[in-house]
Amino acid sequence: MAAITNSWATRRGIGALAILFWLAMAALPLLGKIYPSESFDYYMFMGQSMMVYAIAVLGLNLLTGFNGQISLGHGAFFALGAYVTAILMNDGNWPYWTTLPVVAIVCFGAGFLFGFPALKLESHYLALATFTLAIAVPQILKHKAIAGWTGGVAGLVLEKPDAPFGLPLSPDQWLFYFCLIVAMVLFWAAFNMLRGRSGRAMMAIRDHGMAAGTMGIDTSLYKTITFGISALYTGLAGALSAITVAYVAPDSFALPLSIAFLVGLVVGGISSLSGCLIGGIFLVLVQNWSQSLSDWMKSTFDLRYDVPSWAIYGVLLLLLMYVMPTGVAGGCGRLYRFITQRRAR
Amino acid sequence: MTMKLRRRDALLLAGGTLVTSRGARAEAKYGPGASDTEIKIGNTMPYSGNASAYGVVGRAQAAYFRMVNEQGGVNGRKINFLSLDDGYSPPKTVELVRQLVERDQVLLLFSTLGTACNTAIHKYVNQKKVPHILIASGASKWGNPKQFPWSMGWQPDYHTEGLIYAKHALATVKDPKIGILRQNDDMGVDYLDGFMEGLKAGLGKDYEKSVVAAVTYEVTDPTVDSQVLQLKNSGANVFYNVTTPKFAAQAIKKSAEIGWKPAQYLVNVSASIGAVIRPAGFENSQGIITAAYLKDITDPRWHGAPDYLEWKAWMEKWNPTANLIESANVSGYIGAIVMTRILKNCGDDLTRENVMHQTASMKDWEVPMLLPGIKANTSPTDYFPLQSVNLARIDGEHWTLFGDLMTAGS
Amino acid sequence: MEFLLQQIASGLTSGAIYACVALGLVMIYVSTDHINFAQGEMAMFATYIAWALIQAGIPYWIAFGLTILIAFTGGLLIQRFILKPLEHAPVLALVVCFIALLSIFNAIAGMLWSYTVKQFPSPFPIGDPTGHGLISYHQIGVVAVTAIMLGVLTIFFRFTTLGLAMRAAAQNPASARLMGVRVSWMLALGWGLAAAIGSVAGMMVAPIVFLDPNMMTGILIYGFAGALVGGIGNPGGAVVGGFVVGVLENLVGTYLIGNELKLTFALIIVVGVLILKPAGLFGRVNVKRV
Repeated sequence: MAAITNSWATRRGIGALAILFWLAMAALPLLGKIYPSESFDYYMFMGQSMMVYAIAVLGLNLLTGFNGQISLGHGAFFALGAYVTAILMNDGNWPYWTTLPVVAIVCFGAGFLFGFPALKLESHYLALATFTLAIAVPQILKHKAIAGWTGGVAGLVLEKPDAPFGLPLSPDQWLFYFCLIVAMVLFWAAFNMLRGRSGRAMMAIRDHGMAAGTMGIDTSLYKTITFGISALYTGLAGALSAITVAYVAPDSFALPLSIAFLVGLVVGGISSLSGCLIGGIFLVLVQNWSQSLSDWMKSTFDLRYDVPSWAIYGVLLLLLMYVMPTGVAGGCGRLYRFITQRRAR
Repeated sequence: MTMKLRRRDALLLAGGTLVTSRGARAEAKYGPGASDTEIKIGNTMPYSGNASAYGVVGRAQAAYFRMVNEQGGVNGRKINFLSLDDGYSPPKTVELVRQLVERDQVLLLFSTLGTACNTAIHKYVNQKKVPHILIASGASKWGNPKQFPWSMGWQPDYHTEGLIYAKHALATVKDPKIGILRQNDDMGVDYLDGFMEGLKAGLGKDYEKSVVAAVTYEVTDPTVDSQVLQLKNSGANVFYNVTTPKFAAQAIKKSAEIGWKPAQYLVNVSASIGAVIRPAGFENSQGIITAAYLKDITDPRWHGAPDYLEWKAWMEKWNPTANLIESANVSGYIGAIVMTRILKNCGDDLTRENVMHQTASMKDWEVPMLLPGIKANTSPTDYFPLQSVNLARIDGEHWTLFGDLMTAGS
Repeated sequence: MEFLLQQIASGLTSGAIYACVALGLVMIYVSTDHINFAQGEMAMFATYIAWALIQAGIPYWIAFGLTILIAFTGGLLIQRFILKPLEHAPVLALVVCFIALLSIFNAIAGMLWSYTVKQFPSPFPIGDPTGHGLISYHQIGVVAVTAIMLGVLTIFFRFTTLGLAMRAAAQNPASARLMGVRVSWMLALGWGLAAAIGSVAGMMVAPIVFLDPNMMTGILIYGFAGALVGGIGNPGGAVVGGFVVGVLENLVGTYLIGNELKLTFALIIVVGVLILKPAGLFGRVNVKRV
């Protein structure tokens, strides 16, 4: 598995493809100028959500996919990032974009600190510890001691920013660009990190921790720092989510969010950068798909009951795992190699 | 019964064709989502997740609109009810509501469920000027026409309800020592605030001393046993039970098991005989007080009332898979009735402004399944459609009303 | 003092529930080396089947036995038909499958039986032996049932050929296969047993928390913690872990930190224990061959 993923992250030619992809993304909002429609802003918003989830999944992937530490609690860092942004915007009247560096520092610190106890825990035990985090954070956010800042159970309502410098963009088009820029920077940084020495060290620890240690890699340091960086990524995603949704509340960050990140990670592709994007898109679309599939089944087969969309979601997940147990990115990679090898023969 | 309906259909249809042939439709004014043939209505519901018990409301509404459509629609237009699953997660609600408003171009949002979910879209819908009406949440913030002229609730608000309980407790219990069990969320806070306001009004500045224990629980807690023990141990003789159905049933059962018999006030959210009192055991529930505004469907007293019979016939014909003892089917049913009536009153002026105007001009509307004497009233400055409740006590196997209708003022 | 005893008694009851769920988790872990996130929803589903049987007029204990059988078969079939194709998939893919199973069971239960809470009968007499509400017969019954299950499981795994074969299949599939153990069927058997244990847990829980499709969500979290704190490979440890978590949660909530953060705090203590004893209180540290 490691061999597959390494080649995906570092293969030559992937750079050109990536640049093309990001350019295409950057051109998307301009479509709204050519074909103006009422619903365009909604699609822009969906695009923002996809990027937010993609960044969050990337954060989890750095930790789980590339470093082998499982986390069921990344929703906690997402919440932390969202709340730091919301509190700074709400109480401190900070402009939205200035909150990002603060979020980065706070979330890196939180992740780094959490990385220390995580060092002691392996697989299932680490899963429990992170699970704890996912459960604890929404409850702490509600606690009366800090309700003055967090807004308690009611949460905080934020102002949605307009485009700066009088750019002729709607707020949603502008936020799309804003998310796009952040996502590009973060993916580019991750790509470079993984390609270099530290990335190889991270993956060596995943593949065989003890061997990596004997090779002279400071495994504890790498693991805690990876935890910090992972939390930083997911926290920034949370900050973007707070800005684009313009509302934070403890209910938004309950356990299902952390589970969703894990599902996005596995469906997209473990230890694959492009897989993170696929995972982000999947997370936004899958619910709508299962809902429309459910409606379709009801009307086509004339059923008395609604087919619950979550059952359909479950079946979709199972099928995906049968067809592509290493995620969509892994599956496509295998298909690609299959075709090229056949041609070579 | 069916004969009668069919004749009415025929009349409606005939009326519709008459109007068209006279060319009156030419003067019709349409906002987004409305046309000669269709009215699009948007809605979000927790069909999945922790709050999925409320999904019943949405299914009942869909069933009602299906009936309206088969009977010819509203003024000849079919209602297209788009009800989506937000899983009780506010960011998902934002996404879905934007989908409904911007992509699907609905005329209005109807009965979106959940306090946090509605808070998330509150500002957005008011900026977009989309009617956001008959909200399925009892928070008091939906009645603020000055700041948020496009949002309006429906049911009596939690705040007022809490206040009424406090007043009743102070008036009837000597030397009240109050124990509060509350869900740690928005609903719990609203109920608590109202109750505290009532205490303050009755007791003056030392009102907080009368609360001897206030404990909370999370929806993820398996049981509230530990909390109930704490309340009993505090020596409370009044139990203010601010819980959702499952926990309400647990708390009632547990307090009976440990022999704690305070004066108990159960919030209306959980006042269902079928979903709470019966599972908790009638023998454990005697004397519990709630503030009701709907007729209890499990109460044989109403079983001869015409509106109950009509509801039951409707359930059997149009919502046959639903459970006859779930009161959420009543909330959904009457919500849809009021919605249909508002649309009917809009006539051929189906603009968002007119929808809001009609919603804000309910004059003594009589709605089926409301307790006798309760009527819906709104005006451009009063965004609380239902404001009266009647206290009721568990007596045997049903709620017995006592006292007069109460409102916040009285 | 009485209050303290009551809190401990109530904690022990919840603890017994967590212990039941933890036993199911341990069962699957011992026989397949995975943690089954759908364990709670499987138990919930089985409890609904029991409820439906009882509603159909079947006496409690017959329905009880039937449900265990149905659950066992169901667990077996799930492993054979749904998870078999994924035997060689990465662990995380399996985790996602468990999540998928969880949402399927939850959604189908909601569709078939609605989300309204239902009363579930207890086989034990009503009331309490102490006379002042310290502990009810049902609570004592739950603890007893847990103890019996633990005993049966321990004997099964220690002293029967089948039990030993199952453990061997999980710990070292290749060697076990060479010894003539049909590994794949052992996994299926493990799933069947776990589902059966889960169904007992569900039927013990339901009279206390009431039956609804989300009944087990919270309980699974505690069961998970209990199983890990006791040592995930050790049934006895898991039961003790379940009780520890149950009592701890009540005491922490009542005396230390308040109910808002009791779950958080109890879990933090659990994680703290795990940092000091990484294999749990009664777990054996895995010695790795390099």
